[in-house]
Amino acid sequence: MNRLGFAALIVLATVAAFAVAGPVLWTIPPEATDAIHGLAGPSSVHPLGTDELGRDMLSRLLHGSRVTLLVGLAAMLAAIVIGVLVGAVAGFKGGWIDGALMRFTDAMLAVPAFFFILVVITVLGTGVGTLILVIGALSWMPVARVVYGETLRWKTAEFVVAAESLGVAGPRLLLRHILPQAIPSLIVSATLGVAFAILTESALSYLGLGVQPPLPSWGNMLQRAQLYVFTAPALAIYPGLAITIVVLAFNFLGDGLRDALDPRRRR
Amino acid sequence: MIVFASALTFFFVNLAPGGPASIMRFDVSPEQREALIRLMGLDRPVPQRYIEWLAGALHGDLGTSLLTNEPVTGRIADRLPNTLTLAGSALLISIVLGIPIGVVQAVRRGKPIDHLLSLVSAIGLSVPVFWLGIVLILVFAVSLHVLPSAGVTSVSSDTFGDRLAHLVLPAIALATTILPTVARFTRSSMIEVLHEDYVRTATSKGLRPRTVMMRHALRNALIPVVSAIGALVPRLIGGTVVTEAVFGWPGMGRLALEAAQGRDYPLVTGLTVVVAAIAVVATLLVDLAYTRIDPRLRLA
Repeated sequence: MNRLGFAALIVLATVAAFAVAGPVLWTIPPEATDAIHGLAGPSSVHPLGTDELGRDMLSRLLHGSRVTLLVGLAAMLAAIVIGVLVGAVAGFKGGWIDGALMRFTDAMLAVPAFFFILVVITVLGTGVGTLILVIGALSWMPVARVVYGETLRWKTAEFVVAAESLGVAGPRLLLRHILPQAIPSLIVSATLGVAFAILTESALSYLGLGVQPPLPSWGNMLQRAQLYVFTAPALAIYPGLAITIVVLAFNFLGDGLRDALDPRRRR
Repeated sequence: MIVFASALTFFFVNLAPGGPASIMRFDVSPEQREALIRLMGLDRPVPQRYIEWLAGALHGDLGTSLLTNEPVTGRIADRLPNTLTLAGSALLISIVLGIPIGVVQAVRRGKPIDHLLSLVSAIGLSVPVFWLGIVLILVFAVSLHVLPSAGVTSVSSDTFGDRLAHLVLPAIALATTILPTVARFTRSSMIEVLHEDYVRTATSKGLRPRTVMMRHALRNALIPVVSAIGALVPRLIGGTVVTEAVFGWPGMGRLALEAAQGRDYPLVTGLTVVVAAIAVVATLLVDLAYTRIDPRLRLA
């Protein structure tokens, strides 16, 4: 893997360590308000200052990282599950099933996803579980295409035909012989998928349709911050910077993995 | 495509638990509830209602907003021009900046400028649009006082220049959703083309590098870029929701947000259909542009 990919991996490992250990080591609760010290600048008690309700920014950032990463990873998993199912079945079965499923995939890709997300949230309301499912349900299409391509490519490979002629049944053929070939591409899709999921989660939380306060996420911390952009710009800077760095790291890691795992791209 | 989007939205909205019937408040008596359900036509089967709704939609009637009791078509029509202006400007910025950036990167491949622009592209892809919007407001409206932070026009002066000043920041923020991808596509497409025999031929017969680039390489490199831009249009339109929220831009994105927050089912359905229609029209336009720049397709 290239140097940028390694750097990204180190950044992500650091962020993960902060998310796991941070809230244990930094003991100020993220919901604790301190009304007299609202919108305070950095101090020894609050190294990153406080928000409009006097809540500790560092604590909210650390707890928010858990929520943001959890939603990002879970939504990516949901997208992978749907995408693999659709892509593998379409590629393996062929015929009208293939036609119907891939048409559906193309149609989903052509509709502005964000509006569909709003539709789903209008009906189901907000909540972390809904959020994960919604993001997953609207970002599986690239995964399905990748898996579809790989399935078609390996379906006719000699070792698969050989296994088939030895009497390996359909589902087993797909699971044990074809899908493992798609794992490198899937890892790349998954990494880039986390980046997309985190961006979507933060946008929805910023709009007030995602993670609901008082539970902090990097997105909903920015929701109120815009109101104080004139008086306390730092409130808006930290969470946004955190999102950018993590998403950038996932993107670099994904690109690095693609170069490392895909021999056709190696030069 | 448009029918697909409308059917998906309509059936989802009407079949999901907590669908339109649940918006009625709890203090209505069962009889009133019955009457209201019949008034809204909710006692009939969903497919039948969908056919009726579709028939209405074909005549420009998308139903009535639950929140304001105004026709959905009218509310959307009020906002449509604003969103088209914003999305169109962002698309223009992405094309006008993205393609030259990609070309420069391809020509200077491996040089510092290529790496620098790649890094900037990667950052652009990773920055949340709404946060970039906040930062732009912070820099240009709060610190430098050079551009307005919200709205379409000022109350006092509604001139073209004033409208343009209001458009700059939202359009830049929205453009970042697709600009880096346009640049990336141009770069890789251009690099591929530069290896082609006809480019070497053109260079070896003594044409100026500029002519080779513009007439021979770029024209061919643009073909996949144009189709990539077509595929990016849905993402651009989706980005209007967040951009319009940050900049208080009265467009369809903010309307969708209000509809989602107020659980206005007819409005949200209508918006999704209109947005899908815009995406389809944009794709058609891209296909037309395609045949313009690729002469091979004119025969087909």
